[in-house]
Amino acid sequence: MLTLTSPVETPFHLVPAGAKMASLCAITAGLIAVSSPVLLALILLGTVGLMAAGGRVFLLQGLRLLRPLWPFVLIVGVWHLWTAELGEGAVILLRLVIVVMLANLVTMTTRLSEMIGVIERLTAPLGRIGLSPRLLALAVALVIRFIPVLAERVGQIRDAIRARSPRSPGWRLVVPATLAALDDADHAAEALRARGGLG
Amino acid sequence: MERNLTHIALFAALIAVLGLVPKIDLAAGVPITAQSLGVMLCGTVLGARRGALAVLLFLALVAAGLPLLSGGRGGLGLFAGPSAGFLVGFPIAAFVAGWVVERTTLTPAIAAGAGAVIGGIGVLYLFGITGMSIALGKSWTEASYLALAFLPGDIVKAVLAGLITQAIARMRPGALMSRA
Repeated sequence: MLTLTSPVETPFHLVPAGAKMASLCAITAGLIAVSSPVLLALILLGTVGLMAAGGRVFLLQGLRLLRPLWPFVLIVGVWHLWTAELGEGAVILLRLVIVVMLANLVTMTTRLSEMIGVIERLTAPLGRIGLSPRLLALAVALVIRFIPVLAERVGQIRDAIRARSPRSPGWRLVVPATLAALDDADHAAEALRARGGLG
Repeated sequence: MERNLTHIALFAALIAVLGLVPKIDLAAGVPITAQSLGVMLCGTVLGARRGALAVLLFLALVAAGLPLLSGGRGGLGLFAGPSAGFLVGFPIAAFVAGWVVERTTLTPAIAAGAGAVIGGIGVLYLFGITGMSIALGKSWTEASYLALAFLPGDIVKAVLAGLITQAIARMRPGALMSRA
């Protein structure tokens, strides 16, 4: 399964995941205090510079991850053009893009295993009420293992429906897909029990 | 115990797989994603606690960098952007939907539909609109106008959640853990 971690090695890949996430939170909190569009534009340039330090491919991947933002940028931009509050609109949009870019930078320079490690450490206190980190690791492994299995099953269901009807399957495939998930869950539970269970 | 774990993991995988399915076009031309339907089903089929855990597991993997959200989206950037409120609201919405199905004795179709409306629309929009108003610097009412565009699709989604849960209750009676 492909993750969003960039294959291009950068110095940021060597920084521990926890430190990166903590600095992300700190910077996000700090940005709320900055209200000058000029300063924010400079910070944005700095962030783009950080991404460019990883090379052209890295920078392009980082910019591509910003794509989900375009409807919001459009809406806020038009909104503030309409109310003639351009300065405020610029501050909002700049802050938004900076924070999302920095968060994506963390995602692109942190391996999946490191992020799971951070999540395990954060949920360690729950070990006292019975949610051991080993269960979390097993659950993650199960999800990653079964996504391709279910995806193939859904593909078969789609083909079966399309062979019987000219219309696109739409919501009709959710019932068989959910049944497939339920059946696979039962089989996997039996397999786990046969191997000694969760102890 | 093993059954709980595998059901939670498999439904998290189901949400991911439903994100790969192209947008469902309804008769009125309003597109809905199968993924949010999957989130509601976690609650209505697995029950409140397990459903919420399944959605949380899914979100943890998205945050860890897997492109599991519909459209191949993923990573921490999504939790920093305007949709973050909706993402945070998903597990709570699944919990509420499951809670409604567990606590009532109505037929699964009506209970799941009601749960999907209260959880998937009421609670989810509460968190989603709050998130949008913070990220976009708008007041709560201004941000709610943006969310209103999705309301018709979400109402249809709630009805679908009810019908699908009813179908599962009929086909695999023992599997409906919310009514076990």
